[in-house]
Amino acid sequence: MNLFPDCPLPLSEYPRVLLAHGGGGRLTQSLIEKMLLPSFDNPFLAPLHDGALLSFGEQRLAFSTDSYVVQPPFFPGGDIGRLAVFGTANDLAMCGARPLFLSCALILEEGLPMEELWRIIVSMKEAAQEAGVQIVTGDSKVVERGKGDGVFINTSGIGAVLPGVEVGPQRVRPGDEIVLSGPLGVHGIAIMALREGLSLDANVKSDSAPVFPMVRALVEEGIELHMLRDPTRGGLSAALNETARKSGVGMLIEEERLPIGPEVQGVCEILGLDPLYVANEGNFIAVVKEGQGERAVEVLRRHPLGKEAVPIGRAVPEHPGTVVMRTRIRGERIVDVMSGEQLPRIC
Amino acid sequence: MRYLDEYRDGAAAQKMLRQIARTVTHPWTVMEVCGSHTHALLKYGIDQLLPDELTLIHGPGCPVCVTPVEIIDQAIALATRPDVIFASYGDMLRVPGSGKDLLSVKAEGGDVRMVYSPLDALKLARENPDKKLVFFAIGFETTAPANAMAVFLAERDGVDNFFMLTSHVLIPPAMEAIAAAPANRVQGFLAPGHVCTVTGYTQYETLAAKYHIPIVVTGFEPLDLLQGIYMLVKQLEAGSHEVENQYARSVKREGNPQAQALIEKVFEVIDHKWRGIGVIPASGLRLKGPYARFDAAKALAVESPPSEEAPVCIAGLVLQGVKKPVDCPAFGTACTPEHCLGAPMVSSEGACAAYYLYARREETRA
Amino acid sequence: MCLGIPGEIISIEEDDQQMRKAKVRFGGITRDAYLDLVPDAAVGDYVIVHVGFAISKVDAEKAQQTFDLLEEMDKDNALSG
Repeated sequence: MNLFPDCPLPLSEYPRVLLAHGGGGRLTQSLIEKMLLPSFDNPFLAPLHDGALLSFGEQRLAFSTDSYVVQPPFFPGGDIGRLAVFGTANDLAMCGARPLFLSCALILEEGLPMEELWRIIVSMKEAAQEAGVQIVTGDSKVVERGKGDGVFINTSGIGAVLPGVEVGPQRVRPGDEIVLSGPLGVHGIAIMALREGLSLDANVKSDSAPVFPMVRALVEEGIELHMLRDPTRGGLSAALNETARKSGVGMLIEEERLPIGPEVQGVCEILGLDPLYVANEGNFIAVVKEGQGERAVEVLRRHPLGKEAVPIGRAVPEHPGTVVMRTRIRGERIVDVMSGEQLPRIC
Repeated sequence: MRYLDEYRDGAAAQKMLRQIARTVTHPWTVMEVCGSHTHALLKYGIDQLLPDELTLIHGPGCPVCVTPVEIIDQAIALATRPDVIFASYGDMLRVPGSGKDLLSVKAEGGDVRMVYSPLDALKLARENPDKKLVFFAIGFETTAPANAMAVFLAERDGVDNFFMLTSHVLIPPAMEAIAAAPANRVQGFLAPGHVCTVTGYTQYETLAAKYHIPIVVTGFEPLDLLQGIYMLVKQLEAGSHEVENQYARSVKREGNPQAQALIEKVFEVIDHKWRGIGVIPASGLRLKGPYARFDAAKALAVESPPSEEAPVCIAGLVLQGVKKPVDCPAFGTACTPEHCLGAPMVSSEGACAAYYLYARREETRA
Repeated sequence: MCLGIPGEIISIEEDDQQMRKAKVRFGGITRDAYLDLVPDAAVGDYVIVHVGFAISKVDAEKAQQTFDLLEEMDKDNALSG
């Protein structure tokens, strides 16, 4: 039975862009795979990793871009500027690259207080210093009041891939171990705790931070990295599912191992959110060669941001492309990709 | 978190499971009525851990799923009006009406807002006196007192721009409809713990006696569910048909009198249509007396085109427990959480969504 | 239809709508909830909260029943070998 015959417009189910298309889940995937990928078709884009890997003679470079639209622009633990610098630097780190240079494009809404803009710029300067990157080019535009939500920032970045490092879904093998560098959900919950309509007294600060030093430490200690992914939009679920899907392996993770702090747990419980789908910053998953998981965790724990690093599971030959979680009561369930935005529920 | 984490203990759960396995000597078919129970059973993988002799049927206890498509269409029509701010719980935003859902209305420019509590909606009404604030008041008995409170306060304080579009449903009439159906295979019920926190369980005692069917009022954590199932199985094996209370830390036999008084003050019982099932007598609530003027369906003339369901959607059969989501020809293909044909796929606790999210067995069978 | 979460009452006050409002702690966070449906709830009590309202007070003694049952199971199984 063919209920939806082929239609030239790929997303005819949704005649307009929805917020869910930006959620990092299936609809986002759908937008990318049905519209962007076939249009921009080329071998550098096809892997759809956090960044593109480009070669110039001997030197391998990673190139990545990201836009930051977070509301509110200032939140405990950071602001949109800091996020914009660390976020793109981290995308480069996820390619196994040392972040070097960033561009910064600002779209400002008419009426934005100059004081706020200044705070954001200073924050970007400090973040760049912390991350060891230089902002070498940029642009700024102003749009009319009502057309811009305060400030939008795009940062694009170039990094130098570390010698001997090759990460990507094609390298993931059954038996590989999956290591998570830090607690789940902190950033997403920090943002949510501020949003209008929520009157929480959560003292949760975004953990946005540069992760490259941890990646470098793993490489320097001889850990064979197969894949790196930061679980930002769409949470841990999106990161694991994309990796599983593109590499064709299955994944099995243990619920009891997942590091979830009491504030994140509290917010998730009362809103009916699943921490597996909450956005993260300042942490990442590393898929490492079988047998190296424990060492990888040891290395990460020496770093201040990696103190809660933990092995959470492994790649398996069963159920290729699907992520399964063993629950704390030893049952099993599939960890699916979120279809749109995770909505708080009452039921 | 206290009173939560200890009910998720793995070793204790294994103990309960072993005990259930030891107790079962005969195949039994039981129904968990409440969508949150379905969600929890699948989320923790309990359904696969139970002995094969136990068949779990998922009941229609998902207020999102059973909201009639006509009411969703009314909601959409109201949300589209430029003089309306439409406030809703998150659960309802992606439920499809005959055509679109509330999120699409938002994308098209409608003022649709998500709220976490009915009092948030009332606050919005107070803050926007030049607009009509319509609150989508759905739910079972658990949510009725809170929704009632909002209307009570609106009436007390003369917040005349506050309106409620209600689709409130009651559990015991639904359970009776299932137990009384000629094709009924359900031999025991897990009753919803938070509904009973509000209503108590005397009505369930009537049901148990009339249909000779054991009922256990059950909580929502893994140990609660397992204990509830254990208690039910013990009764079934012994041939008894009592109402037992597993969730005694929250549920009293007489329920919450303040909550009941408030519901009684503001609402009256009416016949109500359940999406996919049909009209169940005396199974819904409607605003009454001085509160009736806050009823959006009466006060705000709503013209929506005739309502229709997607023909392939078997939500009704799934909600009655006659079919499982995987039996539906559209499950996972034409009907997915991204593009739902029916409510049980949209609602976070709808059986179809729970199956899709947690339990697509074919692909994971090792 | 039943997202009700247990939390501990930290403080109680009357708000500007003459409603009895409490700060309730859930794990590592606190949030407001109304106590008008549980008039006998006091600071230190645990309540089950649904859509911003406490709908019951948690009975600590009854909460223990599940664990008493588990202990009984252990004893029975020890006896039966």
